[in-house]
Amino acid sequence: MAARRLGAQTGSKIVDRLFVAVLFAAAIVFLAIIAGLAIELTRGSLLSLKTFGFRFLWTSEWNPITNIFGALPLIYGTIISSLIAIVLAGVFGIFAAIFLADFAPRALARPLSFIIELLAAVPSVVFGLWGLFVLAPAMRTVIDPALQKVFGFLPIFSGPSYGVGLLTAGVVLALMIVPTVTAFSRDVIATIPVDQREASMSLGATRWETMMKVVVPAARAGIFGAVILALGRALGETIATTMVIGNRPEIAVSLFAPSYTLASVIANEFTEATTDVYLSSLVELGLLLLIVSIIVNGAARMLMWSVFRGARSAR
Amino acid sequence: MSFLVQAAEREHQSKMDVGDLSVYYGRFAAVKDASLAIPANCVTALIGPSGCGKTTFIRALNRMHDFTPGARVEGRVILDGTNIYAPGVNPVLLRHKIGMVFQRPNPFPKSIFDNVAYGPRIHGAHDRASLEALVERSLRRAALWDEVKDRLDRSAMDLSGGQQQRLCIARVLAVQPEVILMDEPASALDPIATSRIEDLIASLKKEYTVVIVTHSMQQAARMSDFTAFFLLGELVESGTTAAIFTHPTDKRTEDYITGRFG
Amino acid sequence: MRSYRSRRIAGAAGIFWSFACAFVAAASLLLILGYIVVKGGGALNWQFITQLPRPVGITGGGVANGILGSIITVGIATLIAAPIGVMTGLYLALFARGGFAESVRFLSDVLSGIPSIAIGLFAYSLLVQPFKHFSALSASFAFAVLMLPLLIRTSEEAVRSVPRTILEGALALGMTTFRSTLRIVLPVAWPSIMTGLLLSIARVAGETAPLLFTAFGSQFWELNPTNPMAELALQVFTYAISPYRDWQSQAWGGALLLVMAVFALNILARLLLKSRVSVLR
Repeated sequence: MAARRLGAQTGSKIVDRLFVAVLFAAAIVFLAIIAGLAIELTRGSLLSLKTFGFRFLWTSEWNPITNIFGALPLIYGTIISSLIAIVLAGVFGIFAAIFLADFAPRALARPLSFIIELLAAVPSVVFGLWGLFVLAPAMRTVIDPALQKVFGFLPIFSGPSYGVGLLTAGVVLALMIVPTVTAFSRDVIATIPVDQREASMSLGATRWETMMKVVVPAARAGIFGAVILALGRALGETIATTMVIGNRPEIAVSLFAPSYTLASVIANEFTEATTDVYLSSLVELGLLLLIVSIIVNGAARMLMWSVFRGARSAR
Repeated sequence: MSFLVQAAEREHQSKMDVGDLSVYYGRFAAVKDASLAIPANCVTALIGPSGCGKTTFIRALNRMHDFTPGARVEGRVILDGTNIYAPGVNPVLLRHKIGMVFQRPNPFPKSIFDNVAYGPRIHGAHDRASLEALVERSLRRAALWDEVKDRLDRSAMDLSGGQQQRLCIARVLAVQPEVILMDEPASALDPIATSRIEDLIASLKKEYTVVIVTHSMQQAARMSDFTAFFLLGELVESGTTAAIFTHPTDKRTEDYITGRFG
Repeated sequence: MRSYRSRRIAGAAGIFWSFACAFVAAASLLLILGYIVVKGGGALNWQFITQLPRPVGITGGGVANGILGSIITVGIATLIAAPIGVMTGLYLALFARGGFAESVRFLSDVLSGIPSIAIGLFAYSLLVQPFKHFSALSASFAFAVLMLPLLIRTSEEAVRSVPRTILEGALALGMTTFRSTLRIVLPVAWPSIMTGLLLSIARVAGETAPLLFTAFGSQFWELNPTNPMAELALQVFTYAISPYRDWQSQAWGGALLLVMAVFALNILARLLLKSRVSVLR
């Protein structure tokens, strides 16, 4: 009897040991995939790294014909379009989050949040399609001329508008990342304890003053983190951008000008890359995107976690 | 109940008069038909077992239920002759006059100075010199000045629990209220911090009217001049603290005081 | 002394502005959806869903091979990602401790932010370049990598949310961890895991960037995953940037199909989550 129970126990121990081992193996496979990602992208970039070195980052020529590749115009296009996107998405997204967190009646908050979150589910190519056939013509015929009329003295609004360009790409990107900003900001704001709001209001502040002078400042780090996270998404966005940015690797001051981003050049030219150095340069752009997104995402997560942890320790 | 009114009329003016106050959360009546006169420059304690409605009652005194969706207040709360629930009453100015200190210290994650200056700044004070004077006065009055005068720019979150609660009191004092409501202000603190708060409250009543919710009968007996006993949403009995604790007229009060429940 | 009136007006203006921002965000989605439904609806017909693409410049034809190809590719991706992702999530919830667990979670978060085109390059260098051959399999691999972070996170949370007492009770009765996980914890956690699975499928269903140099696309029917295969998202992209009116309107039709699929998956996932919450009550 005891022997049988012992036998059953050792048998079950083996089963459990196997179980843990299999699950552990899955985790290792996951880690291997991540390591593989970094390794393969680095390997593919080696030729380009050897040929151009760090000059790659500030050479302003991207020329497949002469085989001279410099990432500067692409870095420029990526940064400017993403900057436009986070300014727009930041303003609209943060205030939308404020409304949804504290001021919306419950019957309104749930459907509004749901609709905004659905925006995040729309595939990138669909945004690009809408951007190309609906937004770009509207920009070219109505919005850009209007901007030029009012702000034309500024160099960023000078020059002709083709509809596709930095500004249009920025707007499309903004639409794509606003759900990220809104959802995360709203969560962060909701984490700020109720008694902070009560303290403020019992001192005679209105609900709006409470929000702007107590709640938002307390959530500052997390909201910033949400914006940085959204920035990370904008920097790596490929398909929608490539459909509306004009695909011209040039640095121009005007926001109406066509431009090019790191991700879209890979998308457009990878299958056409004729030489090894061409291919390697494109992979190096991918490596650049990888590094940038890791830094940006890491920073964003740390910022947001600091608010969540702070709220928990205040309890 | 009339006992209290007579006593108040004899010795103290009534600062606030609560008449037939009921507070409903949805259909549940957390407080039913409570009437109480709160004498000026005295400490009035609200006692009773948990869930009896004393916190709900005190929050009705500065219209904190305005912010609770689904909460409904009926009855009158008269401050200086005006019903604070009358239409047209400015709730913001109301909270100027009636301040509140909460059970758990809730300083803002800002500097000590910015915490105390928050109220005055909201109401429009911006002159640095007068703000500094006001902050010092409030911190002194809250018995915290000596401990923090050299680090007003440091975060309030670095203070101990007892210090944070005194900071919250200073914060309330800075808006120069007439009535101070306290919801179990010392229940989250250790005994030493608690006794400091109690001493502070005793000194505050010279200039302010204090209403304090407490779950400790000993605390009520030590600190308050008048006491009101709540049970299941009903104001059972009120009177001078001495009378309530030595000759309670209602059996329920007597049972609570003698520890038969609660 | 600022007057109360001006403070109240400022507050009302602020709240209104916040509402306006939320409204604009929500309205943009409805605007985009509206265009897709109207323009895409016009292109949707039986021919569109069942026929192969016609050669360049000739009108007519459909995206049938793309629909099939997408289903196959996403299906294989799910087969690859689900075991790895769910089991890693289980490991994190049940056995992992301290630094290792934190590192895995952190890396999972980081992975979720990496641009899909970089993942596509990874799949290319691993599964296309060595064989000098585009394939749906390489696309499935890229999709699987994209699905992993969501699967890991939702699986871990699903198992964590099962009350510990249930697991401990089973263990106290002498069951092995394996058996109690399988028989008791998983059935409770299953709806949440399924939700995660549906959401991760929705995540890749519309992905286009990696496909450009993995699946590559095709004009024909293809059932062999080791060959290049047509993908609906890729067809939408190619048609959209083409100069042919007919193809452009087909792009809208394809976009409508993609949006319907992705929304259906999302809504299904939400419904599943709601049903699970009510079961636990």
